[in-house]
Amino acid sequence: MMGRLIAQNRAFAGALALFAALFVTYNLLHPRGFSSAVFVQNANEAVAIAFVAMAQTVPVLMRGLDLSVGAVMTLSACVASYLLTGSGLEISMGILAVLATGTAFGLMNGLIVVHGRLQPIIATLATGAIAIGLALILRPQPGGNVDGDLSWAMTNTVWDLADTYGIAGGGEAWWIRPFADIPMPLVLLFGVALLVWLPFKRTVTGRTVYAIGSAEGAAYVSGLPINRAKLAAFTLAGFFSACAGLYLALQTSTGNADTVQAGAYTLNSIAAVVLGGTALAGGIGGAIASIIGALILRVISFYFRILDIEPLLQPLIEGLVLLLAVSAGAWRTFAVKNRLELFR
Amino acid sequence: MTDAPIIALRGITKSYAGIRALEGVDFAAHRGSVHGILGENGAGKSTLIKIISGVVQPDAGEMRLDGQPVRFASPSAATAEGVVCMFQELSLIPDLSVADNISIAAPPRRMGLIDRKAQLRRAEELLARVRCEDLDPRMMVRDLSLSRRQMVEIAKALGRDPRVLILDEATSALTAEDVQTVYDLLGRLKAEGVTVLFISHRMNEVEALCDRLSVFRNGRHIETFAKGERTDAEIVRLMIGREVTAKYPPKPAPTARPPVLKVEGMEWEDALKGVSLTLGKGEILGVGGLDGQGQKELLLALFGVLKGVRGRVDLGGRRLPSSPIAAKSGEPRVALIPEDRKTEGLMLPLSIADNLVTAAFDRIGRSGVIDPARLEAAVKDGIARLQIKLGHPSDPVRTLSGGNQQKVVIAKWLMTDPDIILMNDPTRGIDVGTKQEIFRMMRDLADGGKSILFYSSDYAELIGCADRVLVLYDGRVVRELEGDAISEEAIVGASLNIGTAA
Repeated sequence: MMGRLIAQNRAFAGALALFAALFVTYNLLHPRGFSSAVFVQNANEAVAIAFVAMAQTVPVLMRGLDLSVGAVMTLSACVASYLLTGSGLEISMGILAVLATGTAFGLMNGLIVVHGRLQPIIATLATGAIAIGLALILRPQPGGNVDGDLSWAMTNTVWDLADTYGIAGGGEAWWIRPFADIPMPLVLLFGVALLVWLPFKRTVTGRTVYAIGSAEGAAYVSGLPINRAKLAAFTLAGFFSACAGLYLALQTSTGNADTVQAGAYTLNSIAAVVLGGTALAGGIGGAIASIIGALILRVISFYFRILDIEPLLQPLIEGLVLLLAVSAGAWRTFAVKNRLELFR
Repeated sequence: MTDAPIIALRGITKSYAGIRALEGVDFAAHRGSVHGILGENGAGKSTLIKIISGVVQPDAGEMRLDGQPVRFASPSAATAEGVVCMFQELSLIPDLSVADNISIAAPPRRMGLIDRKAQLRRAEELLARVRCEDLDPRMMVRDLSLSRRQMVEIAKALGRDPRVLILDEATSALTAEDVQTVYDLLGRLKAEGVTVLFISHRMNEVEALCDRLSVFRNGRHIETFAKGERTDAEIVRLMIGREVTAKYPPKPAPTARPPVLKVEGMEWEDALKGVSLTLGKGEILGVGGLDGQGQKELLLALFGVLKGVRGRVDLGGRRLPSSPIAAKSGEPRVALIPEDRKTEGLMLPLSIADNLVTAAFDRIGRSGVIDPARLEAAVKDGIARLQIKLGHPSDPVRTLSGGNQQKVVIAKWLMTDPDIILMNDPTRGIDVGTKQEIFRMMRDLADGGKSILFYSSDYAELIGCADRVLVLYDGRVVRELEGDAISEEAIVGASLNIGTAA
């Protein structure tokens, strides 16, 4: 049972092992390693890219790329910087509105790809620019107002959440003790993964996403809903990007239409997807794997803080590590017996 | 057979890009029968089942299912009506598990989500029906052998409760034991009133299984008859009987030719199982047989495209080339006119001139830089040599007709001055006039000392052109024909691997 699981998810198992090794070593080297404070800080820095990587995963599974994920994140964060304030009800509605913004944007991407018959890569390059444009109109200068309590509660531990809102005896109830030290960002991240991604994977639509990437012709003759799956994939990408934007706004308490950051998140999302073991050719992988990929990417950058590495050298080293990690996935091509298939 | 047919076609016509695939076909199959469909390559069998199963829509004509007129817009519409097809090109998704694949479009669900346990049970039940209990439904399809995949495909088709089950070459990769399982299964389905349309190139299977047979030829339904009404020889004649479509240049008298290529026991994956042949200098050696018996792989192997080829190859003193670069630049030089000119032969958006010189850059350059004068001369020479009809050499090659595109492909390879030319069905989809020019050119090349290994899916071409013909079946040479022995009866008989009919 276990053996087959590992054999069928070799890339994922490899990514998990790499992450575990990197993270444990990092904590060993860190002067305050294995402490809750370091853990919370790390989690906070990793969540946005993890959400964007999840977003990127869904189109990649269909052999497409979504170049708008970073921009949709930025747009959502700018919307959030206006709406996450006021009464509890207002904030709740605000959160829904932020998620709806990104989701609607993803749906638009899907409609363009399915009905406009455009290549995803070029369609989303254009819509990504539109998203950034809208974000710049909303926030020409960085700014905004985010509810302080919410921001604090969501970027610290479960105990802080309970303490802030006075639930579960202010965090002292016996049943919450075992979870008290878990960082809230991770709860949000894995909560969304468990409640949205895993159920989606188990629908016919979700399975069709995999089938399209694996063999679109076979998916068609098997009578699968191909257009519905493409729409759903981009919509879901928009939703996950909105989650990232929402979190970014909570973390920074501001909205900032940062074009450079949006582009960097998009490119890093592709790297995270590949590191997690999802094939760019589609059909293999998943959003959970991409979370691991995103975590690996972040841990690598954490190392620069504790090892005395010249900041100017950081991009160079990051690139080398990435290249090394991704090369491990190229072994498959050596097994191809008909060289013409390499070009198909 | 007095009841109304379960499926009936009237006047079905279908063309692809101006080429008729089916013309005015009337066809009917009855409930609880196994109906065999026979025909040569390109007779229209595949188009027929694609129309019945909703993959393509007919241009004209009517289809009735159980007396009711139907028109399937997609395979899922056909499946919903109980018309299920098992395709020759497998319809399985390699990156999903066996259980996922079996219930792909309509899995058992609980609260809207796929119920994996129920799906697993269902897969186990269906696999048991095809006696594949030993197959773990949690395996990925990509990890299965071709024969296992075909069994999964059959289980998947069964799971859709078919009223009409179409098996297109369903047994081509099966082991003898699995074939027996399929026989038994078809017997049971028949008793349950299911209609099976059975397409196979294996004559003995068709005879063992089918109650009725329909022969197709050139997109037309020729005849339907009950099993036993016709002899093998008569069936073969029904399948052939067509007018001669091209004239061929006269063949020289057979002579002893020094060999330039010797292959002994060539094996590769499941496609080649010990091919041996000798190609002489100045000879046109035809390769025949039904589609997919290893002909294409043989040519690809000789051109250095395949990895892990076993067997002995003597290519004028050297071994098998390790890549197309080695093949075209060594001594003797090898060229391959590929199967699909649109993807492997040409770069469609590039100009005719650019396409002509892609294989022979080393001949028109000086230390890696293209010499414009030599380029122009080479292009002019290529166009003149094959009399390519074109507007201007700088036009994109896709603006040419199919025949002239193929001439560009041939001219491009002749520019490398090859000694051995491998041709993979070079006249597919080409008008008769161009075909004749190509045959003329092939004979001229052979007379000039070049050697040609020529695969064609059209037997008439092999008969008209080749000095000798090898017939491949299941990855082996089953027959070698020479001189007057090259006849359509002999090739078709050997292709079906039955003793020579007539």
